Amino acid sequence: MAEVTLAGVSKRFGATVAVEDVSMTVEDGAFVVLLGPTGAGKTTTLRLISGLEAPDAGDIRIAGRSVLGETPAQRNIAMVFQQYSLYPHMTVRDNLAFPLRSPILKTPEDEVARKVGEIAEILRIGHKLDNKATALSGGEMQRVSIGRALVRKPEIFLMDEPLSSLDAKLRAELRVELKRIQSDLGATLLYVTHDQVEAMTMATRIGVLDHGRLVQFGSPREIYENPVSLYVAGRLGLPRINALPAGLFGGAPDGAKTIGLRPEHIRHGEGKPSTVVRIEHLGDQTRLHLTLEGHDIVTLTDVHSPLAPGDTVAIQPQNPLYFDAAGARIA
Amino acid sequence: MAEIVVQNLRKEFGDFTAVQSSSFKIGDGEFFMLLGPSGCGKTTTLRMIAGLELPTSGEIYIDGEEVGQKPASQRDIAFVFQMFALYPHMNVRRNISYPLVSQGMARAQVAEKVAEVARILGIEDILDRPVSGLSGGDRQRVALGRAIVRNPKCFLMDEPLGALDAEFREHMAEELRALHDRMGATTVYVTHDQLEAMQMGDKIVVMNHGVIEQFGEPQDIYDKPATMFVADFIGSPSMNFLKFHGKLERGATTVELNQQTVGIPALREPFDGDVVYGVRPEHIRLSDSAGYRAEVLATEYLGTTQIVTLRTRNGEVKARIASDQPANPGETVGLEFDGATVTLFDNQTGRAIRSDLNEGVLSHG
Repeated sequence: MAEVTLAGVSKRFGATVAVEDVSMTVEDGAFVVLLGPTGAGKTTTLRLISGLEAPDAGDIRIAGRSVLGETPAQRNIAMVFQQYSLYPHMTVRDNLAFPLRSPILKTPEDEVARKVGEIAEILRIGHKLDNKATALSGGEMQRVSIGRALVRKPEIFLMDEPLSSLDAKLRAELRVELKRIQSDLGATLLYVTHDQVEAMTMATRIGVLDHGRLVQFGSPREIYENPVSLYVAGRLGLPRINALPAGLFGGAPDGAKTIGLRPEHIRHGEGKPSTVVRIEHLGDQTRLHLTLEGHDIVTLTDVHSPLAPGDTVAIQPQNPLYFDAAGARIA
Repeated sequence: MAEIVVQNLRKEFGDFTAVQSSSFKIGDGEFFMLLGPSGCGKTTTLRMIAGLELPTSGEIYIDGEEVGQKPASQRDIAFVFQMFALYPHMNVRRNISYPLVSQGMARAQVAEKVAEVARILGIEDILDRPVSGLSGGDRQRVALGRAIVRNPKCFLMDEPLGALDAEFREHMAEELRALHDRMGATTVYVTHDQLEAMQMGDKIVVMNHGVIEQFGEPQDIYDKPATMFVADFIGSPSMNFLKFHGKLERGATTVELNQQTVGIPALREPFDGDVVYGVRPEHIRLSDSAGYRAEVLATEYLGTTQIVTLRTRNGEVKARIASDQPANPGETVGLEFDGATVTLFDNQTGRAIRSDLNEGVLSHG
């Protein structure tokens, strides 16, 4: 596998800036997740790397060589899309073998059989090899389309929300599986999603995009515990971080406009009195919706909390984050 | 507004039985969830309450009146579908006014009602916009407005948030629940999303293959599942099932799991056979000293917590622990189970074995 580097890459579509001055390195063997809402530039970045789009400025290097002059096929990249696109008339075996039999690779048949067997083993679909692709469940189909990417030993895997069309249970299963496959193969993987759970659980590095700009790049723990801006802080964490006027609890540093309090960073039993609006029992956690001087606050409490709407709870920040008027982190 | 009682409700489509024999009561003003996987009969149940399907047998009472065989138009209910069905050629105001105008209400009164509903939903600023240019959330608000404006006895909703993306769904779920808290109207809501059901519902009915598996308050269903289906369906990651064979006495407070003694709530009935030890991920602790050993396979970082996948002699297990506690793939660790929270199941039938924990809850199911 290879290292992929973006240096000052920009891309516009007419007046719309899709990607602006993005520089980052996807290290050999890394699992990098690009996270951001619709329109942040995630998919465009993938398409620039794969060669489906050409950048207006900047350079893209794979294993040290600039690939701007290369066609998508020459770049030796494997892509997996949200919608599994399998050949419905072929068996699972033939679907997996298809990329190997392409006119460019022309792999000998005994080699094809060996590689397909190996990938089927990794993906645990060996018993389904002779089924028609259409006879598979949604999860199995997506595993086959991931398998079709894996079978080729490309320089890098690019995945565009490959799990988003699956139901919650299956998605959770495939998250663990994809991470295992990636680390077993030592594959370099760039993965695009707007799902923060996928980003946190699978990534070795997360890149947070905001309107085409890469605003932070770091490990999931760095991004969660040490966000550079209010925007980044709001991308990870469920329930979402509470953004409140900096002076609400006193003790804010100079220039602070907003105090950011994650639900678990609110101490109960001391501080300012707030009123319980609603209590949500989610099973493994209980969420408390509070109101304090007209501001809504969500925090967590004991699973079997006896609190009820109308009750008063005193709250106090613990390890708060402070942001300035532009949303940049200052403390 | 309305109390809804469903008794021995059954629906067959030819040879296929969509709903076996459902009985439950929806209290006045409750936010009531019908939860289950696709094909479980939840939508059919809702459509029978609405009058869009007629039951094969059984009764439906709305405020004491049996309406099972009455057409939808005589039931005074409002239905909100997953796909917001709006009139594309009308603006927001006319879409919301439509049910009132078609009832022949005076124009001044219609204007007053529409203004009130628009204020409740926070869509006063878009009343004169065409619906075609609206965002998904605003379209769903307009669809809700059209349901609310009639002041029906109850609202029936079939996955109204299903078409929205995850982040926005969370937001709309909160909004919908807040709206319900302000209006206090009886609401019956169909979903396959267990988190949505837990988050919004006062009561939940869990259905599977046309049968009610459990009926109760969200936290009770989570803590005291009546069947393995419920235990697996509710919660993410779902409850761990450790299988073993045992002969259990009434009053027992421990069981032998792979030669280790682990705790359970005192049993209220004896059992002999294949047993499942059901324990939620957050009720497992990693501890070097614990005798029950497991190998760490994977970890998933989630901010304050992490999910650790482990291999045990009784199958794969997931634990939810603090993210600052070290757990590295390949390591062997000990597991401690919080015995008081455990549910034992009969592996054959899937039903929970009665204990101090679930006594009293199971009789509802």
